[in-house]
Amino acid sequence: MSALDPAAADGLTLVDAVRGGRARAREICERALARIAMRDPTINAFTRVLAEQARADADRVDATIAAGRDPGPLAGMPFAVKNLFDVAGLTTLAGSKINASRPPAARDAFTVAAIRRAGGVLVGALNMDEYAYGFTTENSHYGPTRNPHDPTRVAGGSSGGSGAAVGAGLVPLALGSDTNGSIRVPAALCGVFGLKPTYGRLSRTGSALFAASFDHVGPLGRSVRDVTAAYDVMQGPDPSDPVSAGRPVEACLPRLGEGIGGLRIAVLDGHFAKGGEPEAFAAVAQVAAALGVSRRATIPEARRARAAAMVITASEGAMLHLADLRARAEDFDPLTRDRFLAGALVPTAWYLQAQRFRSWYRAQVTAVFREVDVLLAPTTPCPAPRIGQERMMLDGVEVLTRPNLGVFTQPLSFVGLPILSVPVTTSAALPLGVQIIAAPFREDHVLRVGALLEAKGAAAAAIAA
Amino acid sequence: MTDSSRSDLEAHVDAAAKLLALPIAPAHRPGVVLYMGVIAAAAALVMEFPLADEVEAAPVFAAEPVEP
Repeated sequence: MSALDPAAADGLTLVDAVRGGRARAREICERALARIAMRDPTINAFTRVLAEQARADADRVDATIAAGRDPGPLAGMPFAVKNLFDVAGLTTLAGSKINASRPPAARDAFTVAAIRRAGGVLVGALNMDEYAYGFTTENSHYGPTRNPHDPTRVAGGSSGGSGAAVGAGLVPLALGSDTNGSIRVPAALCGVFGLKPTYGRLSRTGSALFAASFDHVGPLGRSVRDVTAAYDVMQGPDPSDPVSAGRPVEACLPRLGEGIGGLRIAVLDGHFAKGGEPEAFAAVAQVAAALGVSRRATIPEARRARAAAMVITASEGAMLHLADLRARAEDFDPLTRDRFLAGALVPTAWYLQAQRFRSWYRAQVTAVFREVDVLLAPTTPCPAPRIGQERMMLDGVEVLTRPNLGVFTQPLSFVGLPILSVPVTTSAALPLGVQIIAAPFREDHVLRVGALLEAKGAAAAAIAA
Repeated sequence: MTDSSRSDLEAHVDAAAKLLALPIAPAHRPGVVLYMGVIAAAAALVMEFPLADEVEAAPVFAAEPVEP
């Protein structure tokens, strides 16, 4: 395998080769397209491959270099996006059959445009759970995305195409969205890094919403520096996103090597230390040991926070699709339809009390972060379940598979914390993830911890051959 | 409705769907009732938790000044 194969190197290694004149972006693009053609018929990560557009973008990068101009910090890096991001000229499916009859997007989403401006080469759009309502990407319209490490198992979701595309070595970088865990769950199950930044940090303009109170976008990648480089170029205020925090760019890539000196790190207990399989907690213990952490911390009422997140998600998600639920419920994916219909019927008192609880809970989380800087927790309670698996055993209790993959992610996105899911290899045959969690707007903390873990070999992307 | 029986759930689904002009096909109704029960169980955890009157939801709405 060539050092320029996307399966062999992280994205910035490819960028360095392009910027240093040792490789052409076109050559890297062709290798990515060839690998997609070879592997994706099995994985089903892509719903659309944009081969000609990608070649044109790669040629533009090469021409920029030939003209002596700066091709950008992601020059020649192949990437793909969950199909809820607008891509100019392409209909934004958001995993649905219903949206397939909509006109093509007029322009790229804010974040897609940012990566392309930085020299990234967009190679396609990726599969997801319909309207992002799921943790498994068992999409009935476009087929399930398969885990690159075991194609009988799910890739996680809802950004399952994004996790699988990176985990199969098809692209080093993918964009996803995370409302209740939809970047972190597939990153963990596919063995890659996934960054859910602080709520409001990255613009959602041009990405289809699910439950706007919790919707985030972010990168999944082959290495900490890849997700960091992508995150850095996507930052910046956007007045057209009503929840944009409006903060200036706070670049993290230059700070990755700073280490963890001065950071107070603790393992989350309580809700985050039970209700999972032993290997999920073993993964956290491995990371804690690598960081020399023995401290524990508790976020009170995390289980209730998950419940409140479920109520708000159901209600907001259903409201967004109410017109289609009324007119054409049969066109929804059977895996989302009944949940959307039920969500439309949530009493307002439940919704508003869940929102009020969110404010109370935020104050509790703020108090925790006065004492510590970084928290550790499992990403999922178990490795990837089998495709079609309705129920599973967790800690000796039989539970529904699909909703319970988010048991440890939901209480944290509920209050918008920045989180990096790092891939960890344990005695389990399949990858697992550990959430590195920081106070709002301290993405630098989670990325510095992730970089140190990667440097120590305690976290590493697992790329399927 | 914090400890919903199945008949409570069915009654709510039928009445609320009618009020909302949301047709629910007979084939979909059992699933909708099932998930209404899942949401109701989550809501029960939320509703039983006491919150002080001054705890406000955090809406993103902001009044927009008009520039002359």
